[in-house]
Amino acid sequence: MRLKTFKIGGVHPPENKITAQEAIKSFPVPSTARVMLHQNLGVASVPIVNKGDEVKVGQVIARQEGFISSFIHAPVSGIVTKIEECVDASGYRKPAIFIEAKGDEWLEGIDTTATLVSEIKATKEEIIRKVTEMGIVGLGGATFPSQVKLMVPEGQKIEYVIINGVECEPYLTSDHRLMLERPHEIMIGIQLLMKATGASKALVGVEANKLDAIELLTNVAREYPGVEVHALKVKYPQGGEKQLIKALTQREVPSGKLPLSVGCVVNNVGTAFAVYEAVQKNKPLIERVVTITGKGLKTPGNFLARIGTSIADLLSYCGYNADHEAKIISGGPMMGKAVTTSDIPMVKGTSGILVLEEGVERVAIEPCIRCGRCTRVCPMGLEPYLLAMASSKKMYDITESHAIMDCIECGSCQYICPAGRPLLDYVRLGKSETGKIMRSRK
Amino acid sequence: MSMLTISGSPHVHTDDSVQKIMTGVMISLIPAALVSFYFFGLPAIILTLVSILSCVAVEYLIQRFIMKEKPSVTDGSAALTGLLLAFNVPSNLPIWMIVIGAMVSIGIAKMSFGGLGKNPFNPALVGRVFMLISFPVQMTSWPKPTELSMSLSDAITGPTPLGLVSEGLKKGESMDSLMNQLPDYINLAMGNMGGSIGEVSALALLLGGLYLLYKKIITWHIPVAFIGSALVFAGIMHLVNPDHYMDPLFHLITGGLMLGALYMATDMVTSPMSVIGMLLFGVGCGVITILIRLFGAYPEGVSFAILIMNAVVPLLNKAFKPGRFGVVKK
Amino acid sequence: MDLIIVYAMVAMAGLGITAAVVLYFVAQKFKVIEDPRIDQVAEFLAGANCGGCGYAGCRNFAEAVVQKGSLEGMNCPPGGAEVMAKVAAVLGLEAQVSEPQIAVVRCNGGKIHSPQKVNYDGAQSCASAATLFAGEGGCKNGCLGHGDCVTSCPFDAIHMDETTGLPVVHDECVACGACVKACPRNIIELRKRGPKDRRIFVSCVNTEKGAVSKKNCEVACIGCGKCVKICPFEAITLQNNIAYIDDTKCRLCRKCVAECPTGAIHELNFPVKAKSAEATEAVEN
Repeated sequence: MRLKTFKIGGVHPPENKITAQEAIKSFPVPSTARVMLHQNLGVASVPIVNKGDEVKVGQVIARQEGFISSFIHAPVSGIVTKIEECVDASGYRKPAIFIEAKGDEWLEGIDTTATLVSEIKATKEEIIRKVTEMGIVGLGGATFPSQVKLMVPEGQKIEYVIINGVECEPYLTSDHRLMLERPHEIMIGIQLLMKATGASKALVGVEANKLDAIELLTNVAREYPGVEVHALKVKYPQGGEKQLIKALTQREVPSGKLPLSVGCVVNNVGTAFAVYEAVQKNKPLIERVVTITGKGLKTPGNFLARIGTSIADLLSYCGYNADHEAKIISGGPMMGKAVTTSDIPMVKGTSGILVLEEGVERVAIEPCIRCGRCTRVCPMGLEPYLLAMASSKKMYDITESHAIMDCIECGSCQYICPAGRPLLDYVRLGKSETGKIMRSRK
Repeated sequence: MSMLTISGSPHVHTDDSVQKIMTGVMISLIPAALVSFYFFGLPAIILTLVSILSCVAVEYLIQRFIMKEKPSVTDGSAALTGLLLAFNVPSNLPIWMIVIGAMVSIGIAKMSFGGLGKNPFNPALVGRVFMLISFPVQMTSWPKPTELSMSLSDAITGPTPLGLVSEGLKKGESMDSLMNQLPDYINLAMGNMGGSIGEVSALALLLGGLYLLYKKIITWHIPVAFIGSALVFAGIMHLVNPDHYMDPLFHLITGGLMLGALYMATDMVTSPMSVIGMLLFGVGCGVITILIRLFGAYPEGVSFAILIMNAVVPLLNKAFKPGRFGVVKK
Repeated sequence: MDLIIVYAMVAMAGLGITAAVVLYFVAQKFKVIEDPRIDQVAEFLAGANCGGCGYAGCRNFAEAVVQKGSLEGMNCPPGGAEVMAKVAAVLGLEAQVSEPQIAVVRCNGGKIHSPQKVNYDGAQSCASAATLFAGEGGCKNGCLGHGDCVTSCPFDAIHMDETTGLPVVHDECVACGACVKACPRNIIELRKRGPKDRRIFVSCVNTEKGAVSKKNCEVACIGCGKCVKICPFEAITLQNNIAYIDDTKCRLCRKCVAECPTGAIHELNFPVKAKSAEATEAVEN
């Protein structure tokens, strides 16, 4: 069977899905939760609690500020001890709300049972309102406030809700396990997304290295009209939204535009699940599945953990040996962020923590041999060797005319370069500067 | 407790390296080398070794003492240039000439532009053409192939098949009588003919080329475009006048077409970056090769064709960009 | 003589004369009338095209200054007072004397005072490193040590000291400002060179609270304010947990240097004080 895929570019890093068979375990509630105030793409949230306040699980502790912003809720019940800066995955100190946990008391009105609530009573507006109030953000890693995606502008028609079950990053398996263990909840979540956007069809894309999930979801999808499940060829970055839309619908999102322009809205399976919990169970986003993985860990696995849990606790539970030379990465090895210390708190966007013990030191840098591999693997059809050179020489007219802003920062170019050149590092800098120049013209 | 390491993503890297690519190409040349050493014997072996060592030595000395930077000879690029340089010359070339060739290839054609990755012209070909023009006699005296000669004494020389036919046609001899003087096509394809060390065995080179494609060291675009366009052009001319123009298969298995298309034109540094650019580059090389072979003064045109197209590469890179995602071509 | 040689000579001579005449008339017809003073001014300028004046190259500066007709806001840092005097003479104006400036690196953390807590293995670019983390020593405002400033200097006047991991500015510095722009942490500042090249500055730009900054670096400014109080000329201000010395008010009395508990204030090119421990630590760069 010919699997669907995207046409241009792509690489095949070793999959290393070592935790694919590990069922999701509930991680114990942390004794102190450090809840970062900036857990979404866009503007940081503003705290509405003070030192000394008592909070319950699910209570709002920070509110939206501006359009592209989210609510944040208490992941544990207890007392707010301070609102102070702490180091997070960004490598800098950022403000967070510290809560000293006491018991596990949830806010009234949240359905904490495991019963499946299938009947959809909410209207389109209610769904969007609930998604906003419950602080749902894109759980694929981008953490874009979900309500903004669902607010389709007047006159725009959404044909497809695209569900991203691809999980193309090596090592990560949280989406895989969620699809295997909570397929019905995901399907109901998909239906909620369809109702909110007005789409009549949903396409679920799953990479072919998750055949068990594809089989299960295909069977379950029979009960849910309008939902189709498709197996996709294993190729990085299949999970990139533009590549996913191309593979499933053959439509290419035009340069500089959003999926909206081709009638699609893309959401991660984890987000679909969170939307189900928000609308059907009245439960805010206060916990998520995270993969703790790495070949050096004794017992890697997938865990349902509260936001604000210390990564160090999760790692030590999995038998992390701090004496090994390693990189700790929040996310996958292709696009994840290396962190400066393991003592950082989990945030809504933490899909996995990878302890990488091989290839910790980069390969030596050699001159560009103009082999063209970077150009051939770029999924956006760009020329990374040229963009990186122009960025390092600060030639921003060239970066702009050669579409550096189209770069999705997938890392395929730097991965494949035989000369070990830091292509993406320079392209990122060039993108940032070119973006600034373009915005200053307006 | 060990210190963590931090750097920008991606945090994994392919196993591939510049050294692996260069080594891969050298491995793919082993079949051709074995055939040549069989037909041309000890002189060929010595010339090849001297060429490789000279290129490496020149690069090392220039990097260490003139450019005052860390020598990078371990990446294998100078060694590969040496191997290809030797493969482009006759096996009875005086040793001192190939040393000069090495100095030109590495010193002028590579290092003066800044080293690996910065040269616009194929270094081995620049060295070869320099030697051809400076030492025309020695560069065009071709030893006849014998079986495994270990002697260093002067071998009997004769023309290459291409040389024989083109000179004969100019003198007015008929195509058929000239072809009869040559071994049959199977023998020619295996390498039983006069020619430079690396170019004689089209079959061995093809084997090596398939290895390169399998290992994904090169892509099919340049070789197919080069050979295809050469065969089509030669084929048309042959149909027009079979008595005056050799048939395309002859062009393929004699001369340096195989070597040029698979190894010289595919040199990464001097070939275009985009797929369309590569195809056009190959077509240009093929057409010019046949033009020189049929209408030019030299019997062989591969080296000049590739060097001319090398000069066009920056234009090709500028004009032909890869297809972008999300941009509709009007 | 062969007739053909005669023909050749006549032909070449004819071609040459024709070309000369044509070119002469074309040059006259398409001549660009330019103020001759622009050429005169350009003659005196340094010719480095460093951009320190704020214009796109020396020629651009010459055009601008002649067009303006005044020296207001125009200065050639590499040329200095000498060149500006000559430029002024061409325009028939009085040269304004401006204080010579020099780049000053306001960070003393580096490898020695801000011990390494994390190992950076990314691209050798400060701009890139700054997007990834605070720094190997943990200070979010500190020098990252990859030399973006060194790369940007057109006068080869700033170099990285391998032992300390900090850049050092040499006397050749003409204060063109390239390194100031290149530093992603805004650590480098153009300050007055001072009489006998003596200057005093706070070698820290960390805006975090004292307890935090001291944890990462032993010579950080902790914002205690003692220097503000001791300065007899009110040249020091404290803002965002960092002290700043105004070089227009500072009279180089050095009282603040001795007063600073962490040794964050540096004095440059003064005679060494015999006993004070802080002074010996301060005389670096």
